[in-house]
Amino acid sequence: MSIALQVTDLSKTFPVGKKLFGGARGSVKAVHPMTLSVETGETLGIVGESGCGKSTLARMLVGLLPPTTGTIEIEGAALDTADPAAFGKRIQYVFQDPISSLNPRKTIRQIMEAPLRLLHGMDRAAREERIREIFDSVNLRADFLDRYPHEFSGGQAQRIGIARALAAQARILILDEPVSALDVSVQAQVLNLLADLKREFGLTYLFISHDLAVVEAVSDRIAVLYFGSVVEEGRAEEIFAHPRHPYTKLLADSAPVVGRPLRDPETGQAELPNPLDPPPGCAFAKRCPYATEKCRATAPVLEQIGPDQRVACFHPLPAR
Amino acid sequence: MSAFLKLLARNRLALGGLIVMGLVVALALITPLLPLADPDVTNTADRYLRPLSDGHLLGTDQLGRDLLSRLLWGTRLSLGVGAAAAIFAAVSGAAVGIVAGYFGGRTDNLLMRGVDMLMAFPYILLALAIVAALGPGLVNALIAVAVVNIPFFARNIRGITVGLAHKEFVDAAKLAGMSHARIILSEILPNVVPVIVIAMSTTIGWMILETAGLSFLGLGSQPPQADLGSMLGEARSALITNPHVSVIPGFMILVIVMSINLLGDGVRDALDPRLKSGALSRPMAATRVDRRTRPDREIPTEGLLSLEDLHTQFHVKNRVYKAVSGVSLSVKPGECLGVIGESGSGKSVTALSIMGLVASPPGVITGGAARLEGRDMIGAPYPELRSLRGRRVAYIFQDPLATLHPLYKVGDQLIEAISCHRPISKAEGRAKAIELLKSVRIPNAESRIDSYPHEMSGGMRQRVGIAMALANDPDVIIADEPTTALDVTVQAQILSLLDDLRRERGLAIVFITHDFGVVGQLCDRVAVMYAGRIVEQGPTRPVLDAPAHPYTARLIACVPELGEGKRKLEAIPGLPPSVDDLPKGCAFADRCVKVQAGCMVNDIPLERAGARAVRCLHPETEIAEETA
Repeated sequence: MSIALQVTDLSKTFPVGKKLFGGARGSVKAVHPMTLSVETGETLGIVGESGCGKSTLARMLVGLLPPTTGTIEIEGAALDTADPAAFGKRIQYVFQDPISSLNPRKTIRQIMEAPLRLLHGMDRAAREERIREIFDSVNLRADFLDRYPHEFSGGQAQRIGIARALAAQARILILDEPVSALDVSVQAQVLNLLADLKREFGLTYLFISHDLAVVEAVSDRIAVLYFGSVVEEGRAEEIFAHPRHPYTKLLADSAPVVGRPLRDPETGQAELPNPLDPPPGCAFAKRCPYATEKCRATAPVLEQIGPDQRVACFHPLPAR
Repeated sequence: MSAFLKLLARNRLALGGLIVMGLVVALALITPLLPLADPDVTNTADRYLRPLSDGHLLGTDQLGRDLLSRLLWGTRLSLGVGAAAAIFAAVSGAAVGIVAGYFGGRTDNLLMRGVDMLMAFPYILLALAIVAALGPGLVNALIAVAVVNIPFFARNIRGITVGLAHKEFVDAAKLAGMSHARIILSEILPNVVPVIVIAMSTTIGWMILETAGLSFLGLGSQPPQADLGSMLGEARSALITNPHVSVIPGFMILVIVMSINLLGDGVRDALDPRLKSGALSRPMAATRVDRRTRPDREIPTEGLLSLEDLHTQFHVKNRVYKAVSGVSLSVKPGECLGVIGESGSGKSVTALSIMGLVASPPGVITGGAARLEGRDMIGAPYPELRSLRGRRVAYIFQDPLATLHPLYKVGDQLIEAISCHRPISKAEGRAKAIELLKSVRIPNAESRIDSYPHEMSGGMRQRVGIAMALANDPDVIIADEPTTALDVTVQAQILSLLDDLRRERGLAIVFITHDFGVVGQLCDRVAVMYAGRIVEQGPTRPVLDAPAHPYTARLIACVPELGEGKRKLEAIPGLPPSVDDLPKGCAFADRCVKVQAGCMVNDIPLERAGARAVRCLHPETEIAEETA
């Protein structure tokens, strides 16, 4: 298996509270140095709750945000410029809100043509041909091309968003909550479409979501993010069934499942740590029932714990 | 374009402005073709002729020049200069604004501080300074007026651009390989043009006035050339003895500026999307009720809250959206009823109809009843409805940030919710508010009571929302997707809180959601809605385990559930029908795999069998035997 996407020590720090002259008062580490790799043809799921840095990570991966440290390698070649056009041909992005990712004053044809013309320099006939092919594969009718975005439902608009990402002919797609704005019946249509496209074009996906069940259903591997760091990474069928990190377990226990009695899986406070004043040790220590002095003093690093599992915890839950 | 003109024409004043302005502009355009006297030829023998005198329709001025001719030529010049200044100011202001807003950071700072410096001077002093530096003359006056107005455009357009530059479609354009220049021209500009036009239409009158002002002071057009301002200025000395010489250009300025301003307001109203959607029309205090038959005011009912054949519609122009068509529900004390459905299924409108909270216009309740202990609340007099809202029936909404007032402390909002219904002293109110916060398990309630909503996390805010709903010990709580905006760990906390509360207090809860997992954990009974109707109803477990309606079955199948691993999902093809054009018979027929010809003929009734009910001719399971 070849590596499609390799991320090494990627991090992002945002300055906050600018002074009148000179530097910032403080800084927020949205993404702590993070190392991830995605194999060709694989789907890596990224789960985490709001504020865990998953969108910041996604924006760095497509070049919309320059990373503070670290490198991004796509199919073995490094991409270190923060230039979306350089990224565009090799890695593309599908947005969360399908309607607002389409310019309301452009027709679908104009939207679809931009990547073909600018990234691939296709002439008119070639573009026409390619758009028809792509529209066929995402099950959209060609007569949609002369309409405007507001005429489409959320599911159709998301198909158009996916079609645009495909037009760039990138082989890696970053899917940032691609179905969370959609109704459940349409959500399944789009997820199935994504699975079909992956098979048809040999794509590699990075699938970001807050919905555990959706991520589990589409991913091969899953990385769980908490407070800007990966706390656990493992096979999709294993990670929620047999979590090793207490936070993964909390997530799995919190997901509403028919038939499971309702109880608060967590006692006490459930607030995220203050990003302006991060705790010195493990970010989850305050909420963790197994936390010790060591956890509060030093931050654990991600370590191999099983053949396919990595966890950042001093006291991982016992294996099955 | 025709829609725009129609909207514009609806505004009578704007239409009047448009007609007057059209006439003035037409006159200005054809001035060179009219048989007028030369405006600059003096004839001191005929000074100060009155209007309607021989050969001079509007009389003559202090040098005996024909006033009509000067007026028309002057109007032509003033309009031209005003329009040129407006275009110049709009183009350069918009360019500055777009560049500053798009690039942000240092570029923004540099450009906008420059604009701020322009704004630091009183505009007329700045204009005078510019003219003084460049020398008097019409072109220089034009430049001065335009420069003075650049900040207005720059700031306006920058604000809009900052919002647009962070939109996802701009990111998408970057990923499609567009350069900054191309993004500005092809993505940003088309979205700010309406704002530029609005800003221009409301300022062009102002610019004509300013140019006239400079000419009046002798800094604009130079004699003998006439523009409206210089005509006024020259006639000033004879204001008392020969008023017509100054009144005529003065009146023309008034007419031009008035009609432009009226027209500008109309253009703004027609172009502004917020005004177009009717956001400025204030909804009534309670939903309009227009029922053909009036149900009995009071009849004994089984449940605490029961809906009978509720119909709610939205009347927009000549379309009728049947959001809710014939919903019957009931909840008993201590019971939790889940209402599940996709967006547009009418679940929220059903909930809002109960207390008359559907915005009217366009909402209308066209039939049915909503009974609290048997008493119909639909069409109840407003004071009665108001005393019930929050006291007997309380709501919890999806977005607590939108429902809490951002400028008041949460404690004060809680106290207000109580004092709406009964007089309460300050100390007593505070104690009660702390008690409420504690009851929803907010830690450090004593200090949290003085927090503002923005100082709390989403989960904490939703707890405050629940505390507010509990403030008056209601009998029924209607929760409209209260956990949809929350993280899953927080959702679990809120759900278990609601569950405890209804057990402790005997609350009846109507819980609206799209999530089967939540329904399965929290609700005793569930009603499934599709296209404004209940398609299936019954105790939660039997419905989820053996759904009878194909829609319920398909919907459950297409939602992934945790612990099932990677798999293909059972999607439902197609989309729900639009509720302004519902098909005959079953609304789900065209998406259903079991559809037969009979499904699309007549309305299908909700068949009851024991505790369950289903609206289907060919149900997945026979429900009668199961519930026996």
